[in-house]
Amino acid sequence: MTDATRSDSRRGGGSEIDPADVDLRVALGDKLALRNPIVTGSGTFASGQEVDRFFDVRRLGAVVVKSVTVEPRRGLPTPRMAETAAGMLNAIGLQNPGIDAWLAHDLPWLNSHRVPTIVSIAGNTTAEYRHLAERLRDAPGVVAIEANISCPNVDDRDIVFACREEATHEAITQVARVSSVPVFAKLTPDVTDISLIAGAAHEAGATGVSVINTLLGMAIDTETRRPKLAAITGGLSGPAIKPIAVRAVHQIHEAHPQLPIIGMGGVRSVEDVVELVLAGASAVAVGTATFTNPLAALEILEGLPSWLAEHGYATLRQLRGAWRR
Amino acid sequence: MSSIVSRGSSTTVQGRGEGPLRARCEVLAYRKLGGYHSLTFVAPEMAERAQPGQFVAVAVEAREATLRRPFSIYSVSQHGPWAGTVEIIFDVVGPGTRWLATRSKHHVVDLVGPLGKPFPLPAQPVSCLLVGGGYGAAPLLYLAQALAQQSLRVDMLLGAATQERIFNAIEAKRLSASAQFTTEDGSLGVEGVVTDVMPRMIEAAGTGVIYACGPMAMLAAVSAAAKELDVPCQVAVEEEMACGTGVCWTCVLPYRRKDGVVNLRACTDGPVFNGARVAWSAVGTSAMANAEDGRGRGRRGGRAEPAP
Repeated sequence: MTDATRSDSRRGGGSEIDPADVDLRVALGDKLALRNPIVTGSGTFASGQEVDRFFDVRRLGAVVVKSVTVEPRRGLPTPRMAETAAGMLNAIGLQNPGIDAWLAHDLPWLNSHRVPTIVSIAGNTTAEYRHLAERLRDAPGVVAIEANISCPNVDDRDIVFACREEATHEAITQVARVSSVPVFAKLTPDVTDISLIAGAAHEAGATGVSVINTLLGMAIDTETRRPKLAAITGGLSGPAIKPIAVRAVHQIHEAHPQLPIIGMGGVRSVEDVVELVLAGASAVAVGTATFTNPLAALEILEGLPSWLAEHGYATLRQLRGAWRR
Repeated sequence: MSSIVSRGSSTTVQGRGEGPLRARCEVLAYRKLGGYHSLTFVAPEMAERAQPGQFVAVAVEAREATLRRPFSIYSVSQHGPWAGTVEIIFDVVGPGTRWLATRSKHHVVDLVGPLGKPFPLPAQPVSCLLVGGGYGAAPLLYLAQALAQQSLRVDMLLGAATQERIFNAIEAKRLSASAQFTTEDGSLGVEGVVTDVMPRMIEAAGTGVIYACGPMAMLAAVSAAAKELDVPCQVAVEEEMACGTGVCWTCVLPYRRKDGVVNLRACTDGPVFNGARVAWSAVGTSAMANAEDGRGRGRRGGRAEPAP
């Protein structure tokens, strides 16, 4: 701990900090406190059981589960995935067992392992969002709802709620009205001004926003001239989209400094987490990195205290929005 | 229950309980095996847990490739001078496998495994027919050893486009009571495809169960023929995977259950499935087309690689 650069002007403060003393707790509004800021990206962690074979998932701030819909969904045909430069496209089509089966089979496992759970919900109509929020009322262990109003893998782009302020307002209103836990709106960066959409979500009663969902992309096999995805288009994720995530978090934080933000998009290192927090995120989700390394979220979480201590910070939250002009 | 983390000079092993592990493994050997490539890794913990039909997901450090590549386990050795080892077979079909083919002794590669459900071994003393396409023969040769340990009769039927795409014919002969080969150009064995020969072999050997691995179109044909002859058939399928661990839902296969057709994950619900239950006609059309026209998308047997 005698690193000369510790007194560098980039560093946070004077006295030496022991990594064990770093406080990772974060608050997302008044009603949601997480023991640490590392959560999972919806659709990259199923409902926790698979990754629990590699590490104790209850160590994470929360598990954000794969989106649940009212009815079971079989999802889209294969191929559902195409690797791209520094990322991947996916078109799963929200395959899930439906809210009833999810409550009967997946939530009990999360509860028995005492995993703080954020349930991602997806609907075709505002009524479906409301129904899902009602079914989750007082569900044990559920600390928040993430309203996925921006899944790119739908037949009709017109029903992507998060592409329009009014539609965002309508869907979030329905969820927030009946939910007993804080609501986060999952937003797409495929819009002209994401801060307007975030504002609409907040006005409708969302506690905060989760940004960003995947971007709509497409890849074509030049040999066969066929799209690489059966669904033709799909969501782009991975390191390729991280600068877009940083930009989106930044724009929302500038416009709505008090609005809690769960930042995500291409995160695969401690520095990526810090970067999103500097832009304005309070918590950060690890998504596609889990595909490459099932222990990615844990390794990032374990690396955070040392990074913060070495840079002279006693907490992560003090870095929120602390980028310098 | 705490995580296992053991550190050696070049390896870190992470995992819990009896499940899959993540480990940085030293390459013990790279070799060419006929038209294919083989890598043997020092992976004692994985070797101890592995069973035939399971696979490992290999991290690729090529600029154009960021996702792990899944490969069936070809062989394991529990003992010997290098402790436990795990061997995989692959074909160079994209940037990931191109990078893998440049690995050699002492390189360190990040593996996750063993993953997936293994071949179920027969509960009764039946005669087993193993049908492989291309390097889909690799996990079957591993299975043949396990079946031989149970003193079960094993017959091998391997098919490919040409002689050099038949994987390890010598080993297939050594491990079986009888071995037959089919090639589309007639360069080895019977000119044709495996299903041309399968009924005769079943009759001659009194086959009680079929195990198959190879391209999707071959598995569909083998499953159909097996159903016709009323012989149970277990197939190890290939689907493109992003994670291999059950969280991404990209590698699904349509499967008939009593409540209808469901999309099951090849990585965690499989890769071994009851061939009679797979809804072959609903399998992704490009997967079938690629298997049929042989355009390299890593679907020539063994495990798939995402398209380059």
